[in-house]
Amino acid sequence: MSTEIKTTTCYMCACRCGIRVHLQEGKVRYIDGNPEHPLNKGVICAKGASGIMKQYSPARLTRPLKRKAGAERGAGEFEPISWDEAFRILEERLSSIRKTDPKKFALFTGRDQMQALTGLFARQFGTPNYAAHGGFCSVNMAAGMIYTVGGSFWEFGGPDLERAKLFIMLGTAEDHHSNPLKIAISQFKRSGGRFISVNPVRTGYSAIADEWVPIRPGTDGALLLALVNEIIAQGLYDREFVARYTNGGQLVKRDNGLFALDEGADPVNELYPQNQLWWDRHSNRAVLTHTPEADPSLFGEFRLTDGTRVRPAFQLLAERVRPHTAEWAERITGIPAATIRRLAHEMGITARDEKIELPIAWTDCWGREHPSVTGNPVAFHAMRGLAAHSNGFHTVRTLAILMSLLGTIDRPGGFRHKPPFPRAIPPSAKTPTGPEGVQPGEPLKGLALGWPGSPEDLFVDAAGEPVRIDKGFSWEYPLSVHGLMHNVITNAWRGDPYPIDTLMIFMANMAWNSTMNTVEVRRMLNDRGADGEYKIPFIAVCDAFQSEMTAFADLVLPDTTYLERHDVMSMLDRPISEFDGPMDSVRVPVLPPTGECKPFQEVLIELGSRLRLPAFVDGEGRRKYKDYPDFIVRHETEPGSGIGFLAGWRGADGSKSMRGEPNPKQWERYAQNNCVFRHELPPSYRYMRNWNRGYMEWAQRARLRRWGEPILVHLYSEVLQRFRLAAQGKWPGRRPPERLAKRVATYFDPLPFYYPSLEAQATDREKYPLAAITQRPMAMYHSWDSQNAWLRQIHAHNYLFIHPRTASARGIADGAWLWVESQWGRVRCMARYSEAVEPGTVWTWNAIGKQPGAWALAPEANEARKGFLLNHLISDTLPGGTSNSDPITGQAGWYDVRVRVYPAEEQGVWPEFPVLAKVPA
Amino acid sequence: MKQLALVIDLNVCVGCHACVTSCKAWNTGGAAGPLSDQNAYGAEPTGTFFNRVQTFEVGEFPRTETVHFPKSCLHCEEPPCVPVCPTGASYKRAEDGIVLVDYDKCIGCGYCAWACPYGARELDGSEKVMKKCTLCVDRIYDQKLPEAERKPACVLACPTSARLFGDIHDPESEASRAIREQGGYALMPEWGTQPANHYLPRRKTAITIHADELERHANPLKIDGQLPQPATSEPALDDVTSW
Repeated sequence: MSTEIKTTTCYMCACRCGIRVHLQEGKVRYIDGNPEHPLNKGVICAKGASGIMKQYSPARLTRPLKRKAGAERGAGEFEPISWDEAFRILEERLSSIRKTDPKKFALFTGRDQMQALTGLFARQFGTPNYAAHGGFCSVNMAAGMIYTVGGSFWEFGGPDLERAKLFIMLGTAEDHHSNPLKIAISQFKRSGGRFISVNPVRTGYSAIADEWVPIRPGTDGALLLALVNEIIAQGLYDREFVARYTNGGQLVKRDNGLFALDEGADPVNELYPQNQLWWDRHSNRAVLTHTPEADPSLFGEFRLTDGTRVRPAFQLLAERVRPHTAEWAERITGIPAATIRRLAHEMGITARDEKIELPIAWTDCWGREHPSVTGNPVAFHAMRGLAAHSNGFHTVRTLAILMSLLGTIDRPGGFRHKPPFPRAIPPSAKTPTGPEGVQPGEPLKGLALGWPGSPEDLFVDAAGEPVRIDKGFSWEYPLSVHGLMHNVITNAWRGDPYPIDTLMIFMANMAWNSTMNTVEVRRMLNDRGADGEYKIPFIAVCDAFQSEMTAFADLVLPDTTYLERHDVMSMLDRPISEFDGPMDSVRVPVLPPTGECKPFQEVLIELGSRLRLPAFVDGEGRRKYKDYPDFIVRHETEPGSGIGFLAGWRGADGSKSMRGEPNPKQWERYAQNNCVFRHELPPSYRYMRNWNRGYMEWAQRARLRRWGEPILVHLYSEVLQRFRLAAQGKWPGRRPPERLAKRVATYFDPLPFYYPSLEAQATDREKYPLAAITQRPMAMYHSWDSQNAWLRQIHAHNYLFIHPRTASARGIADGAWLWVESQWGRVRCMARYSEAVEPGTVWTWNAIGKQPGAWALAPEANEARKGFLLNHLISDTLPGGTSNSDPITGQAGWYDVRVRVYPAEEQGVWPEFPVLAKVPA
Repeated sequence: MKQLALVIDLNVCVGCHACVTSCKAWNTGGAAGPLSDQNAYGAEPTGTFFNRVQTFEVGEFPRTETVHFPKSCLHCEEPPCVPVCPTGASYKRAEDGIVLVDYDKCIGCGYCAWACPYGARELDGSEKVMKKCTLCVDRIYDQKLPEAERKPACVLACPTSARLFGDIHDPESEASRAIREQGGYALMPEWGTQPANHYLPRRKTAITIHADELERHANPLKIDGQLPQPATSEPALDDVTSW
């Protein structure tokens, strides 16, 4: 039998490896890693190798479906309709919303690697109510790092394990991110590196760590503050790095906590002023920062000539962390003080004594020429374990500060950015700043998601109340840079801040594992007002599979699989760039669509054309693009900008990269090149990019960035201080509503601090003594395939993992049924003893448990009868009515819930749910 | 005589199951397939896999090790599954030491599974014949594949390169070298089966910190006056004694 091999990009998880699909007689025979692909270099993971079972899954949706007249939402009773009718329904509904009040249309997507198109569609439609899943995933990781060092982990940057000697991984669940990190950890270990994992649970990557440091969930901030304290107290920080490349030497005014400026000097850029002051320790006077020959004092208190009292930001940081001794942190984290001190010494001494020098000359933004690139080989990685707490923003900021004190930012052996990162702090993308940004029949006047730098950037009305349905960028969650998808259904149901008409969900299981308070949210989705109408009048869901969420839809749009469509991993969103340069990639169809499946991208192009959204039609309102591939090739961010979704093979003949005219043969060029485009930067542009003049100039020419000012690390966050001043009534501009003033003043601290999570603060810790957390297993991480016939044989149901001491003290036997109860609800599940979990913590695999009948599994499948969701124990709302979210970023506090456990007399999972009907195929 | 084998490095295996499903994918559609599944979408799903990862814990908190342990047929040099086979279906190849099952001869009696001390054989639930790892014998000699890909599917898939493949009778092979130099061991040698597959143990890297490494002449705190020398005017022995 002859085999045809086609290359494309995997989508079994979010990692986006290159794959080869081996086809025989039009059917998938085998999928393996593409050896020519720079990301995965030929390897593949359990998910990727199981792609064939996704393609042929019985849970595939194959026809557009409309909820049967009279059927309740959630019952899953549908009738098939044609695409024409589906589009007619949507067009009618959406055009009327757009003409009257565009914000009544909300578009939320589970995946955040398609935002270039979904975000464009929402903006063109004119609704502010758009976001991807970042708000309930890891926005704290993005925001905490980006507001501090201008970049973050995963798609934005990562640990340089090729050259690191010490690697510390904190709060990283099983497999984030998949193959590239697995490849790197293995090489790191084999080359003799030391790997330390800080995590309440020892699974996944942590299993092969040289040392496991168990920690109580949500207390990493305390550990990190103690580490920072010890690093400063011992003088183990990289002073040269701190002085030149962070704002540690900048003088902070004692009266208002803002940086002192040299008013006579040119700020260069009003948005990112460059006229702060240092106290030069040589001349003992204030000078403009980065004055040649000057060196800032990092400690002390000084008076400017006008009498203003100032202190260097580093002095403030040192004062802040001084009480946070290892003994203090031991009481909070459960990690022995001696271990904390040793960790600090290992980091500090390795950074100081194992320096790397690369013979690469470069010039910094202030014109100083450096004969070489140096690095301190201590690398970190962290993800949701730090992020998914309501204290996560400050925890992540503390981590970024620790990394900076060790002198490891964009240097060999430390943390390295991936283009288009680093970004300015904050990035210059902004939302509209008031309700006037939303106008009938017009695109949104700004982006739906942005990066506020001051209260003036918030998206609020004159009373300071939110414009977005999720209350993003309001005083409740001012820096909610990824939105708050987890608030949408509850807020829309409450009509707070206003009711909406149509909720469109793409690839997110908001009626099940991707929602807090699952039972109530399902009720809200099906709830009607006094007028007998649904409180959320219309719900459209696009997905490839029949899920608990599609059951609640009024209209179901059958998406294709990744093997059946075109797709782009764009520089305008989150590309697959590597440390050494930008890289983007595509998917090309290797199979025809199944049944009547249509890629969501085509749905958006079709809708955009029918609704005559400006980006999708010509001057006469006629459809501009034949289809999605045509759109990708010809769309430019502005006419003639030369910037499109894909950076490779631009220009009429494909000879240009990054910028250039559209190339009609662009898809072919990608297909001929393993579906990936890679632009390698010259060595002198690969490091120190926050402050690298050559890189900045190149990035400006390539239009990766508008501004070229250096990006100093914000040890001290003036951005946060601006919000705090507003809350204290000391800011000349906007102020928060009175009820939120204390909250903003408390949490917008310009220096990092630790506080117990908001949920812990509102919980009786005596009654609920245990922390409960979840993670996705490696074989299903970031995957839509826990129903996959092969993968479900690895995890068909889940247990509550519990330390034997904790369990036996409560009379719970290994394998027995038990109740897990929080102040919000309880679930019945099975216990599994584990020595690999901190005894004050219980945990389980997330998203294994399913509603009976969902995902085309038999009603008696393990997932429904033995599998459970911890989500039932987690509230979306805290006492007082605010969301269970970080008060700075709106990050969902998934891992903050406190529980107690006790034996169950009955068996079987609880709560129970009715059996979902199978949809027409 | 050649003896092909896998050498599995437990020092880097993170238990991702890539070897499990890539093996299933290659073999279910290939010469050794199909590898059937029972109740693929129902209760207690189960199917035939040539390779599985077992995860277990060693030690007590907080000194717990979590071990991911991939296991497949070990291609023993003295395979106990071969002599017990009543039909000659189980056999060991002279040319490369791979232990195989001839499905046409297998009657599914299960003696071989009973004889195998490693639990490496699986009776296919639909076809009722014994199935097991073939070291991808249909890949490793396939001249149509590029040479670099003439390896078992699990070896090519493994993201941590935890699986080495080679001739353990050739002392210069990568597999032999790894066994020799990194403490490679065989499972349950007391059974006398001489498994060809070997495992490499966990290795720990530590950093030793000496107390004096915290003290440096160039401590940056000095630059900012945080480790001041006492002033010359402060009391000293010179004030009180003349010796």
